[in-house]
Formats: sequence, structure tokens, C-alpha cells
Amino acid sequence: MAEREPPQALRDLDTRLKRLRAEDDEKARADAARERGRGLSLALRVGVELVAALIVGVGMGLLLDGWLGTTPWLLIVFFVLGAAAGMLNVYRAMSGMGHTAGDATEGQRTGDDDPAGTGPKADRSGKR
Amino acid sequence: MASADHHGPLSQFEIKTLLPIRLGEADISFTNSSLMMVIALVLIALFLMLGVRRRALVPGRWQSMVELSYEFIVGLLRETVGADGRRYFPFVFSLFMFVLFGNMLGMVPYSFTFTSHIIVTFALAAVVFVGVTILGFVKHGFHFVTFFVPPGVSMALWPLLIPIEIISYLSRPISLSVRLFANMLAGHTLLKVFAGFVPALGAAGILPLAFVAALSGLELVIAFLQAYVFAILTCLYINDALHLH
Repeated sequence: MAEREPPQALRDLDTRLKRLRAEDDEKARADAARERGRGLSLALRVGVELVAALIVGVGMGLLLDGWLGTTPWLLIVFFVLGAAAGMLNVYRAMSGMGHTAGDATEGQRTGDDDPAGTGPKADRSGKR
Repeated sequence: MASADHHGPLSQFEIKTLLPIRLGEADISFTNSSLMMVIALVLIALFLMLGVRRRALVPGRWQSMVELSYEFIVGLLRETVGADGRRYFPFVFSLFMFVLFGNMLGMVPYSFTFTSHIIVTFALAAVVFVGVTILGFVKHGFHFVTFFVPPGVSMALWPLLIPIEIISYLSRPISLSVRLFANMLAGHTLLKVFAGFVPALGAAGILPLAFVAALSGLELVIAFLQAYVFAILTCLYINDALHLH
């Protein structure tokens, strides 16, 4: 079989397959680039969500401490709560559902068509 | 606009007073930031009004751009909020166009990006946050506070989870404003830093120049993307206020 010349039809098939595979590769590369962009925007989102909740927690703690004169206990409590809220924000943004536990009815409402490339999962923070 | 002796990568963000106005103690001067906002508003008005001036049945390029931006926000509201989201179209559309034009105008050389200032983005986010909270209370009355009670959780965990939910809710305007401001600030600073390498490197400056060109394209995408994210998050917050879990 190895020494026999392949017939014309088979050679045609081979060239066509090669061309199609090259096109597929190109598409895969474009997909990978878009995936990287999406990853970058997701990473930025995670950072912002985490820090924002922490800022609110610490701010509330400091305010309440100054008001009630309980320095530094409420600051510590609200720091931990803020960190937890940040985790919750990130979880909601990343899980794509965005709802709280026990509520599975919402969630899949935004369309999956996303020309901008952030992905529908990226755009649902805070959605319950 | 930068003075000749001052060309740092951060000098593009400087606020310059163009027309000093004082109202009692408050300084409400007309600055370059205010000027860019006025320009953005004028451009938005011209873009929309001149675009639909002919009211052609088969739209030309300009008219399709106007129709496209209209349908984009309508579609966003329909997908995220549903049928009753149409009433909030003017608000979301104005917000989207203002942020988009602010970001895009910042890409014009020698201009000023007013969305790169946290006070501007925070004011926008605060309007969204306060408006959505009022909307929730108007729609649901006092029942809106159940929004902070996670459903399906035993009552023993409420003292822990309700503060977390409240902090999570209060962090919305901060994450909304910081995301937009940080993206614009970081992108524009990066552009200017690399642009500074071009004359410093002489003939090899072609490399940072190519990078700046590529980065400008990325910045255009980010300028649109951040306006889009701002609009879609506003839609999601409206949805949350309208439909409690």
C-alpha cells in the first residue's frame, strides 16, 4: 500500500482536507485571542469586585467605631464581613447565575449572543 | 493642551480652570472636564438629531448607526429586564451614550477623558444606585428590604448573611465607578508612557510606536466595552429592583 501512488480523487481529498484544517486553525487562533481578552476583563472584574466590597466593609466599620466608640472591634468584624461580601460578589459574577442560594429560576435570562466578547457570564454581577 | 514644560504621562488628567466661577464658598468653575462634557452632549445631540433628520425608510450609514445604538440598548433592556424595561430606556440610553462619547472623545489626541476621573464616574454610579434603590422602594414599598434576606437559608444564619448582603449591595456603586475609571486611567496612562519611549529611543522608537498603534486599537475596544458594561450593569440593577427574588 505504501509503494502505490494514491489515485487522483484521494489526492484532491487530501488537499481539501489540508485547506479546511488550516482554516480551522485560523479560527481557533482567533478564538484563543478572544478568550484571552475575556480572561483579562474577567480578572479585572474580580479585582474590582473584591476590593469594592472590602472598602465598603472597612468604611462601615470605621464609621460605626467612631460613632459608637468601640474601636477597633467593629472595624475587625466589618473587615471580615466585607471580605466575605467581596467573595460573594466574585462568586456571583463568575458563576454566571448571580442569584443567591435556593433561587434557581432567574439567571439564564441574558442572551448568550455577545459580540463584545465579555461573555454573558461576565455581565451578571449582583444579579440575584 | 499640555504646557510645553510639562509632558508627564499623567499631565493629561490635569483639571484646568477655563472660566473661574464661585458660588459662595463652592468653586464651580468651568474646567476642561466640563468643556469635554458639554462637547460630548453637543455631539450626542448632533449625532442623534442629524442622523434621523431624513427619516429614510432604507437608512443610510449615519441613520443606521443611530438606529443601531437605539436597538442595542433596547435589546439590552429586553434581555435583562424584560418587557417592562422599556420605561427605563431613556435613562439607560442617555447614560450609555454619555459614557461612550466620554470614552471615545478621550481617544482624540490632545483631548481630555472626563471618565478617567473617579468623581465623574462615581457621580454617575451614585445616580444609578440611588435611583435604583428609590425605584425598589417605590415598586415594593417596605417589602424591598426582603431583598437583603437570602432565600432558602435558615434563620440562624440571617445575622451573618444580611450584613454581608448589605455590604455587597453597597459595594455596587464603588465597583461600578472604579471599573470605568480604572480602565480609562490605566489605558491612557499606558498609552502616554509608551508614547514617551518613542522619541527617547531614536530609530528603535518604531517598536514602541507600533505598540502604541496596537494599544490604541485595544483602547477603542475598551472604551466601547466599558460603556457597554456600565449600561448592562445598570440594566441588571434595575431588574433586581423590579423583580425581587
